[in-house]
Amino acid sequence: MANTSPTLMRTLKTRRLRRETRDARVAGRGRRSGLRLTPYLFLLAPIALLVTFTYIPVVNMFYYSFTSWDGLDKTKDWVGFDNYVEVFTRPELFRVFYVSLYYFAASFLQIALALYFATVLSFRTRFRNFFKGMIFFPYLINGVAIGLIFIYFFKPGGTLDSLLAAFDLESLQQQWLGNPDIVNVSLASTSVWRYTGLNFVLFLGAIQSIPGQVYEAAELDGANRWHQFRYIIAPGIKPIIGLSFILAIAGSLSVFEIPFVMTAGANGSMTFVIQTVNMAFKFSKFGLASAMAVVLLAIVLVVTWIQRRVVPDEKVDLS
Amino acid sequence: MSALARTFKYLTLVAACLVTVVPIAVIVLGSFKGHQEFLTSGPLDLPTGFDLENYVTAFTKGKMAQGFVNTTIILVLSLVGTIVIGSMTAYAIDRFEFRGRGVVLALFLLATLVPAVTTQVATFQVVNQLGLFNTRWAAIVLFMGTDIVSIYIFVQFMRSIPRELDEAATLDGANRLTIFYRIIFPLLKPAIATVVIIKGIAIYNEFYVPFLYMPSQDLGVISTSLFRFKGPFSADWEVICAGVVVVLLPTLIGFLLLQRYIYNGLTAGATK
Repeated sequence: MANTSPTLMRTLKTRRLRRETRDARVAGRGRRSGLRLTPYLFLLAPIALLVTFTYIPVVNMFYYSFTSWDGLDKTKDWVGFDNYVEVFTRPELFRVFYVSLYYFAASFLQIALALYFATVLSFRTRFRNFFKGMIFFPYLINGVAIGLIFIYFFKPGGTLDSLLAAFDLESLQQQWLGNPDIVNVSLASTSVWRYTGLNFVLFLGAIQSIPGQVYEAAELDGANRWHQFRYIIAPGIKPIIGLSFILAIAGSLSVFEIPFVMTAGANGSMTFVIQTVNMAFKFSKFGLASAMAVVLLAIVLVVTWIQRRVVPDEKVDLS
Repeated sequence: MSALARTFKYLTLVAACLVTVVPIAVIVLGSFKGHQEFLTSGPLDLPTGFDLENYVTAFTKGKMAQGFVNTTIILVLSLVGTIVIGSMTAYAIDRFEFRGRGVVLALFLLATLVPAVTTQVATFQVVNQLGLFNTRWAAIVLFMGTDIVSIYIFVQFMRSIPRELDEAATLDGANRLTIFYRIIFPLLKPAIATVVIIKGIAIYNEFYVPFLYMPSQDLGVISTSLFRFKGPFSADWEVICAGVVVVLLPTLIGFLLLQRYIYNGLTAGATK
């Protein structure tokens, strides 16, 4: 916002001038005061909702994070930075960051798969729409349903074990969700299954917005498919790939549904959000939970700030 | 393209289809099996018949029917609210110059940076103090009030509606409210369709908000009702399978009917 202010101010001024002339024109009909109030009337409900459900919670959260409040007491005791010290010094609280590394690593696989299928399907392919739908569909499925589908998939004697048995690979059968060394891999794969479709559709859309003549010209110059990918497609969709990675960081820190439904955070699969929810609603430690939420908010804001610096964002302009 | 490359391409595509289909297909198979049959057969075995009893159990004992009623009520009210609020905000922001416009814009922009998942601890207290905890209104106001993507979509679209229309109507003596609901609002139809689709999918699938704010048994939406299958039916996986299929079917039908709009809507919403 700040960087556009001189031009913006100028446009605002000219527009206001124009509006005022128009106002003067209709003033004779006595509608001037009505015109002035109208935008505020239109914004009354939206602003009220925005402040009530976004800004008041954020401010309160900062306040709670400096208290030892249990969520019910009338009084909230000020404890300074104690909660923050606890977040960073209790190893079991800090461990959740290590778990999010699994999801972050998985997002590389997810983006690679999405990129491969988007590229392949941007060229002429038989049953193209069918394949597109197949790859995309998991993204639309209800998160709880996905959790249950994959509990059944990973449970002992479940789909995965049966498939392994069918190929005489019984030796590979495991406690997919019970073994702390493997559980996060299983959960992160489920996350890849769920979200690849979204990346894929976004990439495909970006690739298809590259005009067809560019490929034709390249083909005339003797470029093969790899050259076309390397020198036309990849540079063309670089911004959206960059955006996907940044979203992957924020996403891997705020993983909730899949591990919550599938393991409830057991066997070393606890994530930041599950822990915050437990801390607040199970153990009634609202102060500590708020401090954790503030830390997560701070990290997400830093990541977003880096994103705005690295990926110049021409899309976000509301004015 | 060489024959080898083409073979590789189709092999990977078929593999991707299998990865999507197999985990779901075994659930569909399981949902038709009887209790004993389920315990004695493997996940990949075909059911002996098409027993619909598990579906009946899921709808009645599993309260899926009630889940659908609650989801529908919340879906309809939140969508109507989002459309009214989003289009009003966009109208005010795009068509008026007024004192504080910059502040309002900044408030909405800044709010997009705050992920809702982080602030729930404190949002919970607000909802609780408003007396909305354990009512459908908790989910409805949260879906309505924290949706900035819809406002973006409306603003983007409203810019393409020529201002001359407003001006002509003003000269004809229409006031601002009339202009809004007689001229602007009907022209917003494509934007409304986009918002209905992406918001509709999000609300249908939402788990966190109803789980946190509507713990009462009678207020289960489809996500929370299905989640509650985990306890009482943990020994009856065939019923859980039926529940999953029941939740999946509307998604599949909606997807088949609205494919093109869903792809377009997602691209519009994600690149906000």
